[in-house]
Amino acid sequence: MSATTAMEVNIEAKRILAVSISKLYASRTQRGGLRLHRSLLLSLVMRSARDIYHASRECEAPSEAQSAPEEPMDTGSSPEEASRQPEPQLATSGAETCSDSEEPASDAEEYDCEIAEDKENLSPARQSRKRRGKASAAPDFLPSKRARLEPGEERHAAPLGSCRAGAGDSLTTLSLNRVIPAF
Amino acid sequence: MAGPGGGSSDVQWCFSQVKGAMDDDVAEADIISTVEFNHSGELLATGDKGGRVVIFQQEPESKNQPQCRGEYNVYSTFQSHEPEFDYLKSLEIEEKINKIRWLPQKNAAQFLLSTNDKTIKLWKISERDKRPEGYNLKEEDGRYRDPNTVTTLRVPVFRPMDLMVEASPRRVFANAHTYHINSISVNSDHETYLSADDLRINLWHLEITDRSFNIVDIKPANMEELTEVITAAEFHPYQCNTFVYSSSKGTIRLCDMRASALCDTHAKMFEEPEDPNNRSFFSEIISSISDVKFSHSGRYMMTRDYLSVKIWDLNMETRPVETYQVHEYLRSKLCSLYENDCIFDKFECCWNGNDSVVMTGSYNNFFRMFDRGYRHDVTFEASRENSKPRSVLKPRKVSTGGKRKKDEISVDSLDFNKKILHTAWHPLDNIIAVATTNNLYIFQDKVN
Repeated sequence: MSATTAMEVNIEAKRILAVSISKLYASRTQRGGLRLHRSLLLSLVMRSARDIYHASRECEAPSEAQSAPEEPMDTGSSPEEASRQPEPQLATSGAETCSDSEEPASDAEEYDCEIAEDKENLSPARQSRKRRGKASAAPDFLPSKRARLEPGEERHAAPLGSCRAGAGDSLTTLSLNRVIPAF
Repeated sequence: MAGPGGGSSDVQWCFSQVKGAMDDDVAEADIISTVEFNHSGELLATGDKGGRVVIFQQEPESKNQPQCRGEYNVYSTFQSHEPEFDYLKSLEIEEKINKIRWLPQKNAAQFLLSTNDKTIKLWKISERDKRPEGYNLKEEDGRYRDPNTVTTLRVPVFRPMDLMVEASPRRVFANAHTYHINSISVNSDHETYLSADDLRINLWHLEITDRSFNIVDIKPANMEELTEVITAAEFHPYQCNTFVYSSSKGTIRLCDMRASALCDTHAKMFEEPEDPNNRSFFSEIISSISDVKFSHSGRYMMTRDYLSVKIWDLNMETRPVETYQVHEYLRSKLCSLYENDCIFDKFECCWNGNDSVVMTGSYNNFFRMFDRGYRHDVTFEASRENSKPRSVLKPRKVSTGGKRKKDEISVDSLDFNKKILHTAWHPLDNIIAVATTNNLYIFQDKVN
């Protein structure tokens, strides 16, 4: 993929992500409440856009593949670490998307839902556990606290720069996984 | 009365009637949300966003004009659903009528089921054309007579009166759906019906309102793992144990209620592998099925996704037997259609009486018919301009190439606010009802 095409795809993917997030917000105020089907379709588009975005960034910046593969992993089981080693490019791209996506992430932050996943991969600033409204009040299928760590493992605070693919995903994981548990 | 013969090749469609307000300013409550003929075709029901049901009745064919089929005139109008508020979830429940389904007629009265997002109601529509007169103890206006003035005994008799059509709610089936109801379907046993929401399908008995059986539940234990929702469901036309439901992933599952009480395991699954050439951001959205309808014969079923109509043989699960492109020229416009929300539009589809032709709607108030036998398709427009009585509809064409011929319309000139989502075909005759945003068009084939 040429650099310009990759960039176009990149821009397109970002645009679609932005459009999708604004649709998600708009659907909150719709009469009749959140529509599960529509929200699911929106999250699928966002997922596709995110994947294509990452893929295009990977093509765009192969030279920047000097990630920190030795970064501490929060859920640091060794198989997981080993599987992440071959993906240093994604880790870096994750780092960049992390800063790029600060804005939409903070918008997503205001979205009235609990964070259900990847709590420990977020920076402390994002790890707000404040309940934000009735709509998010403890749906019974969602555990409010989940034991994500193996016994004996420590919970590390994730520094902002140490984004792995997981954190880069966290923007859209945030939005995607908030969409559905809203029900 | 000839049945619909060779299909759209020999049929000439003519404008018959249009119902609804003429002004361009559409009140949201008037937006038509469902259209359904009853089993004889004599009655045509529409539901709107304001929760009202309007029923039209076909006038009997007049002896003066034997060529013309009777017109449809308003028979009854009633408010089926009102807006409600769910206090627990702080959500408003829309009164919009999502679906209407008629029950087969058993006596003089007509029955239909109408549903909004959460509640299904059974309505009885009955005629009253006589009333008792000559009460012994009451005056004609209903006041009781002074007993001292009653000196004779007389028995009231029925005398004719102006026809009055009454609609009364006979059953309310509530509190069974957490998610939004998208379909209802009456069983061929005429005793039960199903209602489907995004994740569950419930089976009801028409007489029992305080309980229902859950027969399909696709809700995952962890909602984050949700990958598909139910988009439509229908009972088989004569096998009372069989029903199908379609999903947002483009699959259709056929279930047999004899197999188990909870039909989470399908008896058959119909799925066509995706064409890898057509992959895009929006592949998943456009493969979501918006409607599923069995053929009258029960041998086939039709599904509608965003760009196409597919006919499936119930005996073959691997791929549809026929695929018709409704508006393939939109495939390159999916991004704009996503931005203006049109990609989420849920088009319905319908069969003609003998399953030879299928019909579905599109944009710019276009609707399409596909003749399965002759492999011939046609596009018509429902518009006030073509509204002269008995004027023959002219086929329309969308130009896809660079050169636009005369009378063709280019893709960019299409009005995406004018969409035909709901269409219905008379069960026996070549009469169709096509709903634009707030108008109902009735077309008939040209008789002789």
